[in-house]
Amino acid sequence: MMEPGLYHILFISTALFFIGVFGFLTRRNLITMLMSIELILNSVNLNFIAFNKYVWPEKMDGLFFTIFIIAIAAAEAAVAIAIIINLYRNNQSIDVNNAEELKY
Amino acid sequence: MNELFTLMKSELVLTGIIFLLLFIKIGKGVKNETLLPLAQVLLLANFVFGFVLNTEGRLFGDMFYTTHLIAFQKNILNLGVYLITLLCADWLRKTPHLAEFLLLMLSALLGMFFMISSANLLIFYLALELATIPVAAMANFDLDKKKSAEGAMKMILSSAFSSGILLFGISLIYGSTGSISLPEIQERLDGSTLQILAFIFFFTAFAFKLSMVPFHLWTADVYEGSPIAVTSFLSVISKGAVAFIFMTMLFRVFTPMKEVWQVMIIILSVLTMVVGNLFALRQQNIKRFLAFSSIAQVGFILLALSSDDFHMGSTAVIYFVLIYLFSNLAAFGVASVITERTGKENIDDYKGLYKTNPFMSWILALALFSLAGIPPTAGFFGKLFLITAGASGAAYWFILVAALNMIISLYYYLRVIRAVFMDKNDNPIEPLKLMAPVKLGMLLCGAGIVLAGLLSWIYDYIHSL
Repeated sequence: MMEPGLYHILFISTALFFIGVFGFLTRRNLITMLMSIELILNSVNLNFIAFNKYVWPEKMDGLFFTIFIIAIAAAEAAVAIAIIINLYRNNQSIDVNNAEELKY
Repeated sequence: MNELFTLMKSELVLTGIIFLLLFIKIGKGVKNETLLPLAQVLLLANFVFGFVLNTEGRLFGDMFYTTHLIAFQKNILNLGVYLITLLCADWLRKTPHLAEFLLLMLSALLGMFFMISSANLLIFYLALELATIPVAAMANFDLDKKKSAEGAMKMILSSAFSSGILLFGISLIYGSTGSISLPEIQERLDGSTLQILAFIFFFTAFAFKLSMVPFHLWTADVYEGSPIAVTSFLSVISKGAVAFIFMTMLFRVFTPMKEVWQVMIIILSVLTMVVGNLFALRQQNIKRFLAFSSIAQVGFILLALSSDDFHMGSTAVIYFVLIYLFSNLAAFGVASVITERTGKENIDDYKGLYKTNPFMSWILALALFSLAGIPPTAGFFGKLFLITAGASGAAYWFILVAALNMIISLYYYLRVIRAVFMDKNDNPIEPLKLMAPVKLGMLLCGAGIVLAGLLSWIYDYIHSL
C-alpha cells in the first residue's frame, strides 16, 4: 500500500478542476453551473493545502488563502443565487437556454 | 499609526463616505433629491483630497503599497465615478434604491483601490472580488426588467468562472514559487513549464475581466442589459482599474517571462481589435455599439502593453485611460439622457438629433471623434502614444494592423455622427431640457476631451511619476 503523495493530490485536484470546467460549459441549469464553479474553487483549495503540506511546510500562506476562498465563495454564491431568483421571477425558468433575450 | 492614515488615506476617506451613506440609509432616510447632491459633493471632495498629502510606502508586512503613480490612478477612477453620478442623474434620481446603489458602487470602487495598491496575491484576490460582486448586483438594478436580470446572470457567472481560473493559476504559482507576495514571486520566477502554465491561467482571468477576444462574449450582453449608469461604470471604471493592475502585473511582476506574454498579448490584441471592430459595424443598439467599440479600445490598450519600454508603456496606458474615461462617459451620458427620457436606444432613433438638441449632439460628436482618434481631440494623442509605445517593442506588421483598424473604426463612429447631423427624420427626438448636474458633467467631459490632448503637461506629469 503506497502512501498518497503530492502527485496523487494534484491529480485529483486537476481532475476536479476540469470536471468543474466541463460542467460549467455543458450544463444548462443555472444552479448546476454554480455547483460546477464550487467544484473549481474546491480544486483550488486542495491544491493550496497540498502545496502547503508537501512543498512548503514552513509557510502558512496556502492555509490562509484557502480560508479566504471559502468565505468569498459563499459571498459569491449568495449574490449569484439572488440574481438567479430574480431571473426566475422574470423568466419563470432557470434554464440558460430560455434566457435568450440578449443576442449577437 | 500616522503612516497608516497617510498611506491609506484614499481608502479610509472612501470607507468614511460609505459609512456615512449607510447611516443615512438605516437612519431616517433621505429623499433622492438631497441624497444625490450630497454624494456628488462627497465624491468631489474625495477627488480633490486625493491630490494632497500623497506619500509612498508599504503597510501590513508588504501586503499593501502605494506610490504617487498609484495615487494618480486612484484619482482617475474617483473622477470617473464622480462624472457618472453627474451624467446619469436622470436615472439615479428615479431609482427607488439610490442609497443601496451608491453603496454598491462605492464598495466596488474601494475594491478597485485596494486592487491597484495590492502587493500580495491574497489582497489582490479579495479586492478583485470586492470590485466585481457588487457590480453584478448593480447590473440587476432594473428589477422588473427581464434584460437586466439576464445581463446580471451572465456577469456573475462569467466573473465567478474567471475568478476560479485565476485562483487555479495563483495556486500553481504558489506551488512553484512558495510565496504569494508579488516582489518575492518576481525574484523566484524562472520560466519553468509549471510557471508558464500557471501564468496562462492567470492571464486568462485577466482576459475575461478586460473582455479581450475570445473571452469577450459576456461583455455586450451585460452592457445592453444593465442600466446605463452601470454600463458606463463597467466600461470605464472597472476596465480602467483592471488595465492598471494588469499593467503592474506584467511590467513589475512577470518580467522574467516577457517573451511568453509579449507574444500572447500581440495575438490577443490583433484578435481583439479586429473582432471588436467587425462586430461594432453591424450594431443597431447604441449600448451594444459602445460595448463593441470598448472591446476594440481594449485592443489598443494591449498594444502599449506589448512595449519593450515599460515606463513609456505604462505612461501611455494611464494617459489613454484618462482620455477614454472622458470620451466614453460623454457618449454614455448622452445615451443615458435619451434612453431615460424617451426610451429610444437605436442608432436610427438618433437621426436628426442635431435639429432638436444641438448641445448634446456636439458633445456626442466630440466624444465619438475622440474615440475614433481624430486630431484636435485628446483621443488622437492617446492613440498616438499607445502606438509609439507599441512600436518600441513589437513587429511593425502589428502596428500596421492597428492603424488599419483605426480606419475601420472611423467608419462606424462616423455612421453615428452622420445619423445625428445629416440624416433627415420626420419625428426626431423632441428637445430635451437637461438637468443642471447632467449639463455640468457633459461640459466637464467635453473640456476634458479637448484639454487633455492640448495640455502637454498632463502627459509629462504622468511620465514624471
